[in-house]
Amino acid sequence: MTDTSLHRSLPDRLDNPLRSALLSWESLLVLVAVVIFIVNSFASPYFLNAWSLSDLTFNFTEKALIALAMALLIIAGEIDLSVAAIIALASTLMGLALQYGADTPVLVAIGVGTGIACGAVNGFLVTGLKLPSIVVTIGTMSLFRGISFIILGDQSFKGYPKSFSWFGQGYVWGVISFELVLFVLCAVIYFVLLHRTNFGRRVFAIGNNAVAAQFSGVRVDRIKFVLFCLTGLMSGVAAVLLTARLGSTRPSIAEGWELEAITMVVLGGVSIVGGAGSILGVVLAAIIMGLVTFGLGLLNVPGIVMSIFIGGLLIVVIALPILFRMWRQRT
Amino acid sequence: MKLLKILAATTAVAALLASPAFAQTRIALVVKSLGNGFFDAANKGAQEAAKELGDVEVIYTGPTAATAEAQIEVINALIAQQVDAIAISANDPDALVPALQKAMERGIKVISWDSGVAPEGRQLHLNPSETALIGETIIKLAADYLPEGGDVAILSAASTATNQNAWIDAAKAVLPAKFANINLVSVVYGDDDSVKSTDEAKGLIASYPNLKAIIAPTTVGVVAAAQVVTDQGLIGKINVTGLALPSEFKQFIDNGASQAVALWNPIDLGYSAVMLANDLVKGGEAKPGAKLSMGRMGELTLDDTNSGAMAAPFTFDKSNIEEFSKIY
Repeated sequence: MTDTSLHRSLPDRLDNPLRSALLSWESLLVLVAVVIFIVNSFASPYFLNAWSLSDLTFNFTEKALIALAMALLIIAGEIDLSVAAIIALASTLMGLALQYGADTPVLVAIGVGTGIACGAVNGFLVTGLKLPSIVVTIGTMSLFRGISFIILGDQSFKGYPKSFSWFGQGYVWGVISFELVLFVLCAVIYFVLLHRTNFGRRVFAIGNNAVAAQFSGVRVDRIKFVLFCLTGLMSGVAAVLLTARLGSTRPSIAEGWELEAITMVVLGGVSIVGGAGSILGVVLAAIIMGLVTFGLGLLNVPGIVMSIFIGGLLIVVIALPILFRMWRQRT
Repeated sequence: MKLLKILAATTAVAALLASPAFAQTRIALVVKSLGNGFFDAANKGAQEAAKELGDVEVIYTGPTAATAEAQIEVINALIAQQVDAIAISANDPDALVPALQKAMERGIKVISWDSGVAPEGRQLHLNPSETALIGETIIKLAADYLPEGGDVAILSAASTATNQNAWIDAAKAVLPAKFANINLVSVVYGDDDSVKSTDEAKGLIASYPNLKAIIAPTTVGVVAAAQVVTDQGLIGKINVTGLALPSEFKQFIDNGASQAVALWNPIDLGYSAVMLANDLVKGGEAKPGAKLSMGRMGELTLDDTNSGAMAAPFTFDKSNIEEFSKIY
């Protein structure tokens, strides 16, 4: 990241397409995913089973939906730490509406609407008041979850209708869950949005140099505001899915998920300082995290070992390309 | 093509690996979180049960963070492994229901123990103890060391605490019939606050000069009362007892402020959970009124909600406090 260099190619498309495709982060992630898949198949006799593979997807779909929008936000040089708290608030408000007899369409609208509203609050504080996003979202993280705790205390909402549960527990066809279908659909939408539209080019431009982008006529604040709303929207969608899957709401719902979503984004090759990254990488990273957690779960490996493994994987995958580059420069 | 070959090879290996696993009954003991002495002790009991049964393998597992979401991932992995039974101490009584229902749909027996799951998410629930047994135990703890009888007082938690009040009512109920010479002079409330509990204990000692025992069925109150008795030099005159965590309370057994206290025994709990799960796998049926085997712990009788109580609280005294204080 040398700001003085004149030639600044945007890193989602490098000079030599074939060579860069083979040496790209995504190829490395595909390799890692295939290796883990094969290791899992050998390590546990229960892995290669349609229902196992279907259950596996539930380990990452909801978090990965958030990671898709989070990737855009991080590429634009911002971050949202309040996503898990948005899930808690959206889920709590859905539960509250349920007490007043709301039906499935209303519940979904409230969940998604709460997500967008929370995202708009974050977006306004960051773009309107020019506050750093990390500070704003640490604040709203406590605020949103705090409201859930005030409403619920140590109680829980339950009794969601069957038609609502389908969003988190239903299958579209055979072992293909609704959550998986929605995730694939959203991944395609976000891929097109980031890599095939002017909006996406502007997101990269803002992440590389927000001031230059501003002077080039990009409406930086408006785009950032939209990105916060999108992240809120995806958190709202995740809230609907998770609440439907759990069939209940507690204020501690989805605790710690913000870090898991960010881990997916970083593992997916998105530069944490902004300006570079791809949706394909994030999708692969989400699949890898699902494969690792489920694979180790099948072997009944304690959770703490899983955390260590994920942490190690993160460092290795980030360090490998850097080491490779150093090695190439020496020879 | 290559991938297909690899897949074929792995499936063949998988089939080979899978066959020996069916010889045994596999029971998963799922806890709230790993790295907790209470649950490690439960696992000790579970392994003991497995050894006794012979053909049972216990899988001790649980998440690192004590959340429902993390526990669901564990349950999904166990469903995929086609275990025969899941015995779970739940992080959330409601959120685990869909995942556990899925397990039951796929033929896995599900029981909850210690911390329960809503009735629709399990076949039976094992409570460590029950109100009547606890009420009787706390009086017995005091009476055992008062052969001639005498005045005793109860130091409770909040006056609104449902479980505390139920235990105290049960204690009062057994007094006239079984412990006629024990005279309950007062019930005071320390709100599970160390300072308030200390003040209330001091008040009891000042108001009732003939007081022989203070019974505190709360882990906070019992420590506060024992500290007061120690500080005022009343060791030997007033016996403190109740429900206490061995690790917190060991010093007061050691210095004589208390003869004995009680609490659930996690080893017995883990043992009974595995025995019950095994019973269900081997054809036992969980329905109201049914009696299921808990091995050396006797039989579990199920009530209307398919839950049952294991035993009276387990007593800790000079002979075993050392051992249990290391566990929890």
